[in-house]
Amino acid sequence: MESTKVLDAKGLACPMPIVKTKKSIQELNSGDVLEVHATDKGAKSDIAAWVKSGGHELLQDTEEDGVLKFWIKKA
Amino acid sequence: MAVKHITTKEIARKVVTNEETTILDVRNTDEFDDWKIEGGSVHVINEPYFNLLDGIEDVEHKLDKDQEIIVVCAKGGSSQMVAEMFDEAGFTDVYSLEGGMKAWSEHLEPTKIADLNGGGSLYQFVRLGKGCLSYFIESDGEAAIVDANRMIDVYEKFAEEKGVTIKHTIDTHLHADHISGGRNLAEKAGGTYHLPEKDATEVTYEYSSLEEGNDITVGNTTVKVQPLYSPGHTIGSTSLIIDDQYLLTGDILFVESIGRPDLAGKAEDWVGDLRNTLYSRYKELSDDLIVLPAHFSFSSELGEGGQVSARLGELYEKNKGLQVEDEEKFRSMVTDNLPPQPNAYEEIRKTNMGKVTPDDEEQREMEIGPNRCAVHE
Repeated sequence: MESTKVLDAKGLACPMPIVKTKKSIQELNSGDVLEVHATDKGAKSDIAAWVKSGGHELLQDTEEDGVLKFWIKKA
Repeated sequence: MAVKHITTKEIARKVVTNEETTILDVRNTDEFDDWKIEGGSVHVINEPYFNLLDGIEDVEHKLDKDQEIIVVCAKGGSSQMVAEMFDEAGFTDVYSLEGGMKAWSEHLEPTKIADLNGGGSLYQFVRLGKGCLSYFIESDGEAAIVDANRMIDVYEKFAEEKGVTIKHTIDTHLHADHISGGRNLAEKAGGTYHLPEKDATEVTYEYSSLEEGNDITVGNTTVKVQPLYSPGHTIGSTSLIIDDQYLLTGDILFVESIGRPDLAGKAEDWVGDLRNTLYSRYKELSDDLIVLPAHFSFSSELGEGGQVSARLGELYEKNKGLQVEDEEKFRSMVTDNLPPQPNAYEEIRKTNMGKVTPDDEEQREMEIGPNRCAVHE
């Protein structure tokens, strides 16, 4: 999937994946897609919940070899 | 001022002593709704940490600046961050729970149930965060542990403190909600691991069959553990009568509910066994037996000092699962009201059979969440 920017949050523990995702999203324009890579399992439900509360859209998420990937479209 | 930390042990104390406790749980709301710290005089507010990144205004008005606030998250990272924000905002008594809910899930609180014949004692280990109850019987330098949790070091340390050797570990059934520590404990201590044969058809290891008629002795023939076949939660489920006074019911009968028959995928087959055990086999026993179950589901089941127990006769009067004489009604109550299954229950069963051996971190993750071994209206 196409993305505007990739954020590598691998190896970071909660709350850092979300803190960094929030910061990266703020730097993007509406409609841009941020791709996030994380290894903290808690990120899965937290990113989904955060995206929802911020009004953004989670286009897709995958999990492969312990790496969680998210594609978030900015509102 | 730096943020203070609090341990799961201190929180457990607060719960069992009914101390007024305010918790700010900053996990996401789905996880919070699924499972949280409860019991005693605990009040919990939920506000996910990611809603507080720009400031704590949304939640700070709900709390007083000088009250004690314990911030809790999944593993302790986000609670630390939020606690620091409260500290900076002028709150003076803020704590972050070390290790978060993951550590809470593993905390075991031992409590003495009774003195046994001939100088022995019976202890209940309450896993407050998950609702699991295990038992430690000691007499004359020997110990038996029933339905042990994965955190075997806690029992080993306890045995050392009491100066006793672990001779027997017993599982009343093949568990589906938590990973048993019975086999590991027995192996390390050179003791015997007992499991009902009918639950052990797929296991990959050696065990001693737990069956009616084969009493287990702890200490110098002083404490007798009598197995009583009582199927229903699983086909092999076996209860234990200790010292002719205490009935360890495993996952068959709880204080406010009864066991569920479906975790091995056989609800329809096993519901009849469950009914027979509850309405016939147990009824033949003395009303004065003290029921000691393997789980609790509600904080209201925690009695004085955090103990979970009740007289069998009292349960026949009050426990809703024991009031349904009509067989069809019982059947539908048990099969229509099944709660969601415990987290990773199939993987947990395979682990307890010895078919898979996840690493420590995976085992921790598998056990996160409530036990959900009961059915209730």
